[in-house]
Amino acid sequence: MAFYEETQSKKSLDIKIWAKMLPFFKPYRWLLLSIVLLMLGSAGIDVIFPLFQRYAVDRFIMEGSLSQLGFFIAFYAALVLIQTGIVIVFSRQAMSVEMQVGRDLKRASFVHLQKLSLSFYNVNSVGYLLARVMSDTGRIGSMIAWGLVDILWALAYVVGVFISMFLLNGKLALLIAVVVPLIAILTVFFQNKLLNNNRRIRKMNSRISGAYNEGIVGAKTSKTLVIEEKNLREFQKESKEMYQTMLHGYKLSAIYIPSILFFSSIATALVLARGGYLVMNQALQFGTFSAFISYAVGIFEPIQQLARTFSNVIATQANIERVSGLLEKPEEITDTPEVIEKYGDSFHPKKENWEPIKGDIEFEDVSFKYPDGNEYVLEHFNLKIPAGTNVAIVGETGAGKSTLVNLACRFFEPTSGRVLIDGRDYRERSQLWLHSNIGYVLQNPHLFSGTLRENIRYGNLEATDEDIERVAKSVSADTVVANLENGYDSDVGEGGDCLSTGEKQLVSFARAVLADPRIFVLDEATSSIDTQTEQLIQNAIGNLLKNRTSFLIAHRLSTIRQADLILVVKDGRIVEQGTHMELMKKRGAYFELYSKQFAEEAAMQVLR
Amino acid sequence: MIQQKFPRVGLLLRFSKGKIHYFVIAFIASMFGTVFDFLTPQVIRITVDSVIGDKPFSLPAFFAEKVDLNAVRELFRTNLLWCAGFILLFSILSGLCTYIRITINAKGAEGMIRRMRDALYSHIQKLPFRWHVRHQTGDIIQRCTMDVDLIRNFIANQFLDIIRTIFLIVFALSIMFTMNVKMSLTALVFIPIIIAYSGIFYAKIGKKFKVADEAEGELSAGVQENLTGVRVVRAFGREKYEIDRFDEKNNRFSNLWIKLGYVLGSYWGIGDLITGLQILTIIALGTVETVHGNITLGEFLVFISYNTTLIWPIRGLGRILSEMSKTGVSLSRINYIFQAEEERDNPDDITPPLTEDIVFEHVSYTYEGAKPVLKNIDFTIRKGSTFAILGGTGSGKSTLMHLLNRLYDLPDGCGRITIGGVDIRHIRRDWLRGNIGMVLQEPFLFSKTIRENIAVCCPEASEEDIRRMARVACVDRSILNFANGYDTIVGERGVTLSGGQKQRVAIARMLMQKAPIMIFDDSLSAVDTETDSQIRRALQDNLGDSTVILISHRITTLMQADQILVMENGQIEEMGTHEQLVKQDGIYKKIYDIQMNQQDKLLTEKEGE
Repeated sequence: MAFYEETQSKKSLDIKIWAKMLPFFKPYRWLLLSIVLLMLGSAGIDVIFPLFQRYAVDRFIMEGSLSQLGFFIAFYAALVLIQTGIVIVFSRQAMSVEMQVGRDLKRASFVHLQKLSLSFYNVNSVGYLLARVMSDTGRIGSMIAWGLVDILWALAYVVGVFISMFLLNGKLALLIAVVVPLIAILTVFFQNKLLNNNRRIRKMNSRISGAYNEGIVGAKTSKTLVIEEKNLREFQKESKEMYQTMLHGYKLSAIYIPSILFFSSIATALVLARGGYLVMNQALQFGTFSAFISYAVGIFEPIQQLARTFSNVIATQANIERVSGLLEKPEEITDTPEVIEKYGDSFHPKKENWEPIKGDIEFEDVSFKYPDGNEYVLEHFNLKIPAGTNVAIVGETGAGKSTLVNLACRFFEPTSGRVLIDGRDYRERSQLWLHSNIGYVLQNPHLFSGTLRENIRYGNLEATDEDIERVAKSVSADTVVANLENGYDSDVGEGGDCLSTGEKQLVSFARAVLADPRIFVLDEATSSIDTQTEQLIQNAIGNLLKNRTSFLIAHRLSTIRQADLILVVKDGRIVEQGTHMELMKKRGAYFELYSKQFAEEAAMQVLR
Repeated sequence: MIQQKFPRVGLLLRFSKGKIHYFVIAFIASMFGTVFDFLTPQVIRITVDSVIGDKPFSLPAFFAEKVDLNAVRELFRTNLLWCAGFILLFSILSGLCTYIRITINAKGAEGMIRRMRDALYSHIQKLPFRWHVRHQTGDIIQRCTMDVDLIRNFIANQFLDIIRTIFLIVFALSIMFTMNVKMSLTALVFIPIIIAYSGIFYAKIGKKFKVADEAEGELSAGVQENLTGVRVVRAFGREKYEIDRFDEKNNRFSNLWIKLGYVLGSYWGIGDLITGLQILTIIALGTVETVHGNITLGEFLVFISYNTTLIWPIRGLGRILSEMSKTGVSLSRINYIFQAEEERDNPDDITPPLTEDIVFEHVSYTYEGAKPVLKNIDFTIRKGSTFAILGGTGSGKSTLMHLLNRLYDLPDGCGRITIGGVDIRHIRRDWLRGNIGMVLQEPFLFSKTIRENIAVCCPEASEEDIRRMARVACVDRSILNFANGYDTIVGERGVTLSGGQKQRVAIARMLMQKAPIMIFDDSLSAVDTETDSQIRRALQDNLGDSTVILISHRITTLMQADQILVMENGQIEEMGTHEQLVKQDGIYKKIYDIQMNQQDKLLTEKEGE
């Protein structure tokens, strides 16, 4: 679980930022227009309602007659019905716009993420990206739909009420108008403070979640160090800060709400004093007077709503900036137009033009540094790997063993120099062509939630059930199946959590073999796997490597020994290369590594 | 049902102890606020009827006796600002009540929640390790955050809202009934309809919300999986397939909400319809009553105003009531955690010196629902000696250590462990653990600076001391190589400590404990052989009189120990000094041969094949 503190922009309204969302609003412009019209209608009706009261007072009560009351009721009821209809329609449409804009934004972000290079993923955590795809887009969608509804209705209502008031009595209307700017300023002032407070609360919330997380994950350590009390004291500091932040927020509301109501009662008071005076002097009708009081009481909620929504609109700019920042992130590895012309892109491959692959790989004068790094990790590196060669890459954890694999798979491209596949620069072919010919097994194999069968089929979407079962058998993945209640149709759980690491590895072998790749990449598991599975895995690896060019990020002696070529990596650089025997004779880095591993494995074997 | 709800209420009462007065004050303030709010329309009524109009003042007799009403009326008539003044006065008083209500209620509610958070944290820290192993972190965190927040919302907002609304209804109706019974009854009839309408709606739509939430969860999980497995996706060239799967979930989620929007829209619309019809009925009826002279014009206006004030809280009430069941569920989820029993020392547990012999007497142990891991283990660790344990995965060696520092307690009849003759079950846990330093194979570092991590047991430690221990653990130089040195925050983006570095920081941290008993549980496994021996040499010079227990697979790590225990399948296989064990033809000898002669063997091995 990850907890992020998000940066927020504190800018004022910036049209340029909103303009970036234009392509996403555009398909729904008619829907949006209909919302605009409906809101104008709805606000208009809301302006009319107090006039009924006026009519009732002046026409019936003051005149003491009830004639045409039925007509009055019918007309009023008709308006209520129309209003009901408008509410039903506009809320459907607003929801529909919210969800569709959100959906389109989610899709655009997701699709773009599928194209961004892996170096992007190295510096951005999954939690961070997930928040961009899921919550930012959702907020933008809802702001576009409901923000529009709120602003339009409130604006139209306020304008409508003022028009109505000025038509009824201009001087009295002016009295109310005096209070409006005060309320608006007050609201903007407090809204900003409240928004800031909300941000702090969100931050505190993620800190508290983080604290619980550490308290739970680190429980064993805390117990052995006897620091429970210290942890608690530190947590209490956080929870106290949370408490104070919350209280501060409440205090702001506690001042804000009564102040607004006070200003609003100033308006009511003014209308009462002035209007009452006019009524006494017969300069104003009773009904108009009562309608004015209704307006004076009713106008302040919409004004607050306007100011509040406006602050929210500005706050949403931060979400837009984050999403558009993601969408504008350039793809670092792209196929040239010529390549796409010939081989198609990742979504529309032209498989008929794909050349078959043999599996020769050559690094030709390759220099490389990671986009986020300063130092070259490879300099003028040359290596020829004929098809069918098994290359083992060994070294300490974190020594940079995956660099070569990343280059060979074109997850990264050389900073200078070329990588040749079957004698041609791989940039002359499409990424999908290469990736379709690579089988990849990760150290902690990543399975997708779904059934076992679906996971294996990931290697080749056209494979039949027979293919899948045959391949599973060839790498002993059928032993995993045998342990499961529903066989191949058993659910593997989220991330394959229902299976052990060893089992996941066997399944991912099957997945890789099903793709029948010419190039095979294996990042061997370091974690201990039970003896039986370990043996199965070793056999499976043996089967896999036959006739395939392979890169093995190896930890097990047996895997290392059977490699045709061993590369030893230290501090990000290749320090030794050769066969097992050659390197042992050197008594260098490889010898040291091998001896250590040997000691451990030997002890483990005897102790079994 | 009542029994089921009781522990939940009990939980709330437990945390509200000493804070009830906040809620009482908030409620009183809220009551007065409502009364003042209701006075404003009365001012308007009096102004309309008796100041502008010519009806006699209808004030409670109490006022009528003391004040010369005619004089007042004249005063008001000549200067209507007096009426306006009353409106402002009541507004200020009501505002004051609102201020008190919000701040005081927040103090009570947030104070309760703060207590609950602290109590949860403290409780979780004190729950036995057994409990932690059995529960999933994500689930517990969810209870501590989301569920606590739902409860917070209930106590801080909904609870008072419910009481206020009920008070409002009773108060408003009782005034309204004094004005006109017929109209009040009409207004009253609508109230249960409105509450029931929204209550039933939210109870019904709850399921749909749940389905939509689940769809969102699925979508989110799908995206997360895709992002986590990005390498697999790329390696198999499955971008299109992934996007198709994403589209399916994304569309399902969006469509569910659009459909929900339809339902919600109808609900809001019909809600407005009922409300609008209620207001219409009151206005029409009020008009008739006024024309018939049953109420005054002022009363008519007051009545409409009260009626409108009532409508909105009533519409909210239905929703809150239907959401209360959620709070109930959250309360029982929190209660579940609190019901687990904390580790608790007996009052007569003691704190004896631990610089004594450690004796395992006929110790057997079985984890719940598993095969026995330890079978009748019997051995002694002499004080001040170095004791080594060699054993494979699952041989029970780590369990021995977990029992020694009481992460697990030996049940009765399974033997006992003593230090200086005292059964460790009679020693206070904090004392025992504080005096046993333990480094785990996969150590956990807190997300603080490296300095704070090393000094976590003794925050007052000097820089000198911290650096010295880091040097003993051979990690000082690696730390200085980080851009921020000792101020590097563990786990922050970009900075990752390798397994070996983590182990060494954990060793330094343990050394700071200066404990008389130190356990190294396979804690040099990720360190290369050379650093391993370097650390051991440095330890030798710094250990003093401590009793040291080493667990490892490396003979070189173990061989200098005063006593070596070889474990297999939960039993003692061999025990003795290195010299003794090498003479026996057992497991130890075998491993020793392989590991010591490996260099020659390694060279001949391949050629022999």
